[in-house]
Amino acid sequence: MATVETRGIKKYYGDVLAVNGIDLLTQDGEFLVLLGPSGCGKTTLLRMIAGFETPSEGELLIGGEVVNDLPPRARKIAMVFQSYALYPHMTVYKNIAFPLKAQRVAKSAIPQKVEWAASLFGIGHLLQRKPRELSGGERQRVALARALVREPSVFLLDEPLSNLDAQLRASARDELQQFQRRIGTTTIYVTHDQVEAMGLGDRVVVMKAGTVRQIGTPQVIYHEPADTFVARFVGSPPMNLVQHRDYILGFRPEHFLPKGSQNGAAKPVPFSFRVTRVEYLGADRLLYGTLPGAFADQKVISRLPSTVTVNIEPEKTYDFTVDEKELKFFDGTTELRISARPV
Amino acid sequence: MQRPNPTSPILPAAANLSRSPRPASSIFDSERWLGSLLIGPAVLYIVLLVGVPFFMALYYSVSDTTTGGQTLRFVGLRNFANVIGTPKFQTALKNTFVFALLSQTVILLLSNALALVLQNDFRGKRLIRFLILLPWVAPISIGTIAWLWIFDSTYSVLNWTLRMIGAIHGQGFMWLGVPHLAMGSIIAVHAWRQLPLATVILLAGLSSIPKDIHDAASVDGAGFWRHYFQVTLPLILPISLVVLLFGLVFTFTDMIIIYNLTRGGPYDTTQVLASLAFYTGIAGGDLAEGAAISLFLFPLLLAVALAFLRLARRTEVT
Repeated sequence: MATVETRGIKKYYGDVLAVNGIDLLTQDGEFLVLLGPSGCGKTTLLRMIAGFETPSEGELLIGGEVVNDLPPRARKIAMVFQSYALYPHMTVYKNIAFPLKAQRVAKSAIPQKVEWAASLFGIGHLLQRKPRELSGGERQRVALARALVREPSVFLLDEPLSNLDAQLRASARDELQQFQRRIGTTTIYVTHDQVEAMGLGDRVVVMKAGTVRQIGTPQVIYHEPADTFVARFVGSPPMNLVQHRDYILGFRPEHFLPKGSQNGAAKPVPFSFRVTRVEYLGADRLLYGTLPGAFADQKVISRLPSTVTVNIEPEKTYDFTVDEKELKFFDGTTELRISARPV
Repeated sequence: MQRPNPTSPILPAAANLSRSPRPASSIFDSERWLGSLLIGPAVLYIVLLVGVPFFMALYYSVSDTTTGGQTLRFVGLRNFANVIGTPKFQTALKNTFVFALLSQTVILLLSNALALVLQNDFRGKRLIRFLILLPWVAPISIGTIAWLWIFDSTYSVLNWTLRMIGAIHGQGFMWLGVPHLAMGSIIAVHAWRQLPLATVILLAGLSSIPKDIHDAASVDGAGFWRHYFQVTLPLILPISLVVLLFGLVFTFTDMIIIYNLTRGGPYDTTQVLASLAFYTGIAGGDLAEGAAISLFLFPLLLAVALAFLRLARRTEVT
């Protein structure tokens, strides 16, 4: 077990600043997710932690020890790649045994360990196959088994689920989390998929343009976004953000409901909502429209659960409300979160 | 000339077309004829410059023809029987294998090392790549003439260098005049000649390995040697075999370096079958025996070539 810490990590590629001063500290055994759009520097950060890239500035600590100058193999880490990166010429057994041999584990102990790792992921029957004879899901399990077999102190995962189909991804996500809870190894997981990030992470690090925008539990990230970028990036559909006076007002589509359907709303704030389009999604209805009047027809979305049965038709204006405690306020210029204002 | 009217209906235009029809089946429309036409020159080239001489050689090898004579009688396998028994032939056969196997070993080792180095990014990489490719694009005769000077008994730049660094005193080595040195010298030149192609092919093989695989190996704890021998080498093995087979065929059949540097000497210690066939058949005038010598390795080369083709097809699939 170990913690990972970055202190003011920067990475330049020529003149391009890919990672701009990142300070992170994982807790022991934590599942930390790096979330951000492509090009935000999350993979570069992970590759620096793994040792494939050298930080241009700053310090990197694993288990309290500065590892800037250590090669990947000396960092006691394991990594699962997006492509799985299985050795194509080796059988599954040899793939899983490779890190053990490389670390000079006693020959007699290897078969037992390989079988233990294989059984953890239910791939014991595939040991004599070559990677090309496996399905995507099976390859992913082999990659996990290979990473896990030598019991690393830190587990790094670079979008390991993105090559699986949607159904498999959901079950793999579930298994991955259960497995991480069981072995309790500090895990850093990179993804651009906010559903994955929210579902898996103990804490989520939201990144943009090489900087950290917010670190927090999925609940905090979702309900208390630190700025408009986080508010927009997390959640689907994203948070409604409307310019109002000198600030930006934000509220989630699921909190924007027809007047009277808000049970237990402490203080409903009224809006009139002109619906332009209704999208029926089974469990939910998505209402696209604008806020007339003081909000100058800015676009917003409402998400009605199927339990709200009010009849809504396009091209009509309705009275909607948002519970006051669900209104978020952001500075009009810095776009950072500010304290509540009168609406 | 009338401007086409954009609003005119389609029918008259179509009628217009049918009134001045293009030739119904132009040769360029027929896949069969055009195909034959395009591949024709290549087939002709191979038939005239490879096929005809090959079958002539086949027949010469079982005849009693000479460059000066008029006779062309069938004599069976007598030429082969005559040739195989001579010490000259047996020396050349042995030399051929020594030359081919040693030079290919040197080439495989060096090209692997070079490709590994060139795969990395460093300053001046393009220049180095260009310099390494140079022996392949420079005419081989010019190259070997330069080598002739490098190996010259009096003006050898090698001897001069060795003398300057104090490794030898006095006369220096007769690079092309002493049996083992001469063989070593032609192997060195041949390796220099083939190294670029081998390196480029291996570089292509190396760059086809995904970067993730290398990253995985380094994070899995593999050091340089384990990484190379257990991950990189097995993955470029098929393409290395292509390099080897190609090099073998090329070496078994080529004599230009030997012809330019040693003429097979001293005392036939660098004589290979290809050069012996030339000296016997063309310079010596005994076309029949020369043909027999040059055809001696044909079954072996055919087997190598077939293996090469099979391998090429297999590597294509994976």
